[in-house]
Amino acid sequence: MTPADYDFLRRLLKERSGLDLSADKQYLVESRLAPLTRRAGLAGIPELVVKMKGGAEALIKDVVEAMTTNETFFFRDKVPFDHLSGTVLPALLSARASRRHLRIWSAASSTGQEPYSIAMCLKEKAVELAGWRIEIVATDLSQQVLEKSKAGIYSQFEVQRGLPIQLLVKHFKQIGELWQINPDIRSMVQYRQLNLLQDFSHLGRFDVVFCRNVLIYFDQETKVSIFERIAKMMEPDGMLMLGAAETVVGMTDAFRPYPERRGLYQPNPARGARPGFGAMQPQLRVVAAR
Amino acid sequence: MRTCLVVDDSSVIRKVARRILEGLDFHITEAEDGEKALEACKRSMPDAVLLDWNMPIMDGYEFLGNLRRMPGGDAPKVVFCTTENDVAHIARALHAGANEYIMKPFDKDIVTAKFQEVGLI
Repeated sequence: MTPADYDFLRRLLKERSGLDLSADKQYLVESRLAPLTRRAGLAGIPELVVKMKGGAEALIKDVVEAMTTNETFFFRDKVPFDHLSGTVLPALLSARASRRHLRIWSAASSTGQEPYSIAMCLKEKAVELAGWRIEIVATDLSQQVLEKSKAGIYSQFEVQRGLPIQLLVKHFKQIGELWQINPDIRSMVQYRQLNLLQDFSHLGRFDVVFCRNVLIYFDQETKVSIFERIAKMMEPDGMLMLGAAETVVGMTDAFRPYPERRGLYQPNPARGARPGFGAMQPQLRVVAAR
Repeated sequence: MRTCLVVDDSSVIRKVARRILEGLDFHITEAEDGEKALEACKRSMPDAVLLDWNMPIMDGYEFLGNLRRMPGGDAPKVVFCTTENDVAHIARALHAGANEYIMKPFDKDIVTAKFQEVGLI
């Protein structure tokens, strides 16, 4: 791959999926795109780039998907789900007692382990949530991972990384070497394809947003824009869960950390008192955050 | 340092498990069947037991029943590690007092996840 090919791919990926590759990641692009290049019957990445420049839209889509990282597992990092069961749900159970409606968004849900883990947490509170309307919306850029999520079928390896054995027995059915999550859990999750770079206000308002381990791939400006747009879709007392290595601190004041709950954030009420400010002058805010 | 008793009739599996668990800072003792494992527990109760099911002389299931009836035998966290990977076996193991269950083949990630799950790390 020539430096010009790499530059082209970097620019395209940044534009299409937000992926912010540094100048020294040729090896990553090469290893991720090699299988795709072979499948397409192309000689190598230079030929792939020529086809992409010629406007082969299906191929471009495949390249963007192949470059996404779909590493995930059930109850990843454990702590966020302890927060969900121990802090977030008790607070919302009482705050929404009259409305009895909860909307949860799993942004960049990959192969479905995160939204299904959320669904299993909610199932554990079935008695308190009887008569409630629960919506879990799971979105991802990649159609391929969404298809796997919908099927809810996982390998023996996948069900052993993070999933307590009691929950495996309770919520999964064994199909030969594979395990399928039961229909009652599957039906709690709706899947939609979504690119976080594009407008997502049509998803509606949410009480809880899980957005973990995806913003790490984006540059600062993109991260800030996504935080700002998520904040606008959240209920004032809603909660945002970020990944273990992520924070809003120093990036945006749209959220503030929830006291003593690592990774958990709430919309900043001080921000809410100035409606429209962020929307009208996003550039100013980015500069100020730096 | 926490202790883990690795019980498996295959010396290869014991070696692999030892390497993984020593990497997680456990002190390892080994036993090749349930009877030897019970003797080891009588001498000194471990914090954790990684337990195969099918073994000669005394299998893992029988060992677990005996362990849980011993004085102090309810303390160790018992993680089955077996090729018996159907729901019926898993349910029997949990009913008999197993804390977690690993279906072979396993790797470092799975052992780590399961030991985290039961609060050993």
